[in-house]
Amino acid sequence: MSIYLNKDSKVIVQGITGGEGTKHTALMLKAGTNIVGGVNARKAGTTVTHGEQEIKVYGTVAEAKAETGADVSIVFVPPKFTKDAVVEAIEAEVGLVVVITEGVPVQDSAEFWALAQSKVDADGNQITRIIGPNCPGIITPGEALVGITPNNITGKGPIGLVSKSGTLTYQMMYELRDLGFSTAIGIGGDPVIGTTHIDALAAFEADPETKAIVMIGEIGGDAEERAAEYIKANVTKPVVGYVAGFTAPEGKTMGHAGAIVSGSAGTAQAKKEALEAAGVKVGKTPSETARLLREVFAAL
Amino acid sequence: MDLYEYQARDLFEAHGVPVLAGIVAYTPEEAKAAAEKIGGVVVVKAQVKVGGRGKAGGVKVAKTADEAFEHASNILGMDIKGHTVNKVMIAQGADIAEEFYFSVLLDRANRNYLAMCSVEGGMEIEQLAEERPEALARVAVDPLVGIDAEKAAEIVAAAGFAEELRAKVEETLQKLWTVFKEEDATLVEVNPLVKTGAGDIVALDGKVSLDDNASEVRHPAHEELEDKGAADPLEAKAKAAGLNYVKLDGEVGIIGNGAGLVMSTLDVVAYAGENHGDVKPANFLDIGGGASAEVMANGLDVILNDPQVKSVFVNVFGGITACDAVANGIVGALNTLGDAANKPLVVRLDGNNVEEGRAILAEANHPLVTLAATMDEGADKAAELANAAK
Repeated sequence: MSIYLNKDSKVIVQGITGGEGTKHTALMLKAGTNIVGGVNARKAGTTVTHGEQEIKVYGTVAEAKAETGADVSIVFVPPKFTKDAVVEAIEAEVGLVVVITEGVPVQDSAEFWALAQSKVDADGNQITRIIGPNCPGIITPGEALVGITPNNITGKGPIGLVSKSGTLTYQMMYELRDLGFSTAIGIGGDPVIGTTHIDALAAFEADPETKAIVMIGEIGGDAEERAAEYIKANVTKPVVGYVAGFTAPEGKTMGHAGAIVSGSAGTAQAKKEALEAAGVKVGKTPSETARLLREVFAAL
Repeated sequence: MDLYEYQARDLFEAHGVPVLAGIVAYTPEEAKAAAEKIGGVVVVKAQVKVGGRGKAGGVKVAKTADEAFEHASNILGMDIKGHTVNKVMIAQGADIAEEFYFSVLLDRANRNYLAMCSVEGGMEIEQLAEERPEALARVAVDPLVGIDAEKAAEIVAAAGFAEELRAKVEETLQKLWTVFKEEDATLVEVNPLVKTGAGDIVALDGKVSLDDNASEVRHPAHEELEDKGAADPLEAKAKAAGLNYVKLDGEVGIIGNGAGLVMSTLDVVAYAGENHGDVKPANFLDIGGGASAEVMANGLDVILNDPQVKSVFVNVFGGITACDAVANGIVGALNTLGDAANKPLVVRLDGNNVEEGRAILAEANHPLVTLAATMDEGADKAAELANAAK
């Protein structure tokens, strides 16, 4: 088991012919991902070749989905056109859309999120899950990669990981490479994102393969505080936390558009305290966080 | 990007929001000329991106142009909470009958927008929200709909505006929404929104924050609004080179890949500094995924030009860009910089092709470069070297 993504997921790549799309399609194939098609309106009907594999390029997401039965899309489209690409995937009712693109205008994200929320199935469940934007995507080691996370850091294992940051995800996977991961998901550092810490925590809680969870946050917003409340009420599996940005000054954006301390809100200290109040052990550094996770894992 | 009041005023005017005359002035002479042009009573207002300027003496009423000159002379150069005033706005005096509050902003938690409105304007909104929360109407705004006539009516009714004012306020709110939407703002705040003696609705003071991503993608005109004069020279240089750099106060220069890892590196260096004379990180610098030799050279160039920097910690997790490429980048950068590279570098590499990367650095055997096995060890070494060079 895993969350959101497994070896049976059928993936299409929006922006498959661009520089990033080309590079990462090759890496995702190498990781075992079942890529069934690509989308580029101007190159519809052509194919791209990666090693032995020929991948068809479709004009629209709807067409690609109808032809291939794809249930996952990954978006490498430049920020100017990201909203249109995501809207297209939502309209085509793709189940999971992973938006890697960095620099998407936040109003565009708010708009495609509002649209995704409005599309529900007969049971009232949202049809399209969005991960990102500005994220490294999702990896279920040994099964599939839909994102840009290096595939060779570690393998399958009992740890679930959810993080705002890409390289910090890699760092943590590396620290815990002997244990391995059920799924590692990078939710992105933008102010408006699709899948949240809470969504991923709920999914890991329900996933029998995941035995312990690492949650990585950073300054800005109050997502970690809300996740802490959620953990307290709903999560029975051990959670270890890490928050980056203790030394970040107020009013300076630290790389991610969402990573800014404004007034008394959004500080790493406040997030750490909220998590600890919920019974989550919080490391001061990535290495200490890994040590804490080992401790709780050994005690299981 | 946060705008100055005069910039917000100009944007309001461009989108049809009712405002009073206002002219920015950089010298007392300009202030006097502006006051003459506007005529009558004016207000000289310090332009700083921080609250509390009234209390600090940064807002003064002038009855004549000569008085405006005098006030501007006093206000220009004033320090308000660490911000030096280098411009003032000369604003037409207002005949205020009533003061209200309105804002629309990005609501991160709910992933939509939030409109806030009150008929008790003028005071600090945080104070109002805390002391009299019932006096502050909060209305969610659907990003796909915005503040249309119906939503404006809902907000105005929730705030409890008097019947005879509602139509005018609703119209103004819809125009302020146009500012928010068309300029890609994350915040548009008017405090106070006033009713004048003549019964007109006017936005007297505005605060606007723009989304940098959107400015980059579709608002080339926003570049004009950037406060180039106020930026740190190293930050300006980094920006020109396309680097994601923030100047801080410490002694250990930091280069890393990925915003989260770099933030984490700052923390780990600060903790290590506690054992080494309390040295601290000198900057945030994220060179991103593609750490080419050129990007690395540009980054090192910025950091080594910071006179406060005593040592540099390069902390890279090789993901898509493998460690050998990063190592080649460092060696290339040091060669390019030549004698300009004059501070010790601690390098920690992990991830893809780490052995090859470390071998490249070992072979280059540059006298300034020390290899560290882990992030913690690298931070400690860099802090130690910075402390020794202090």
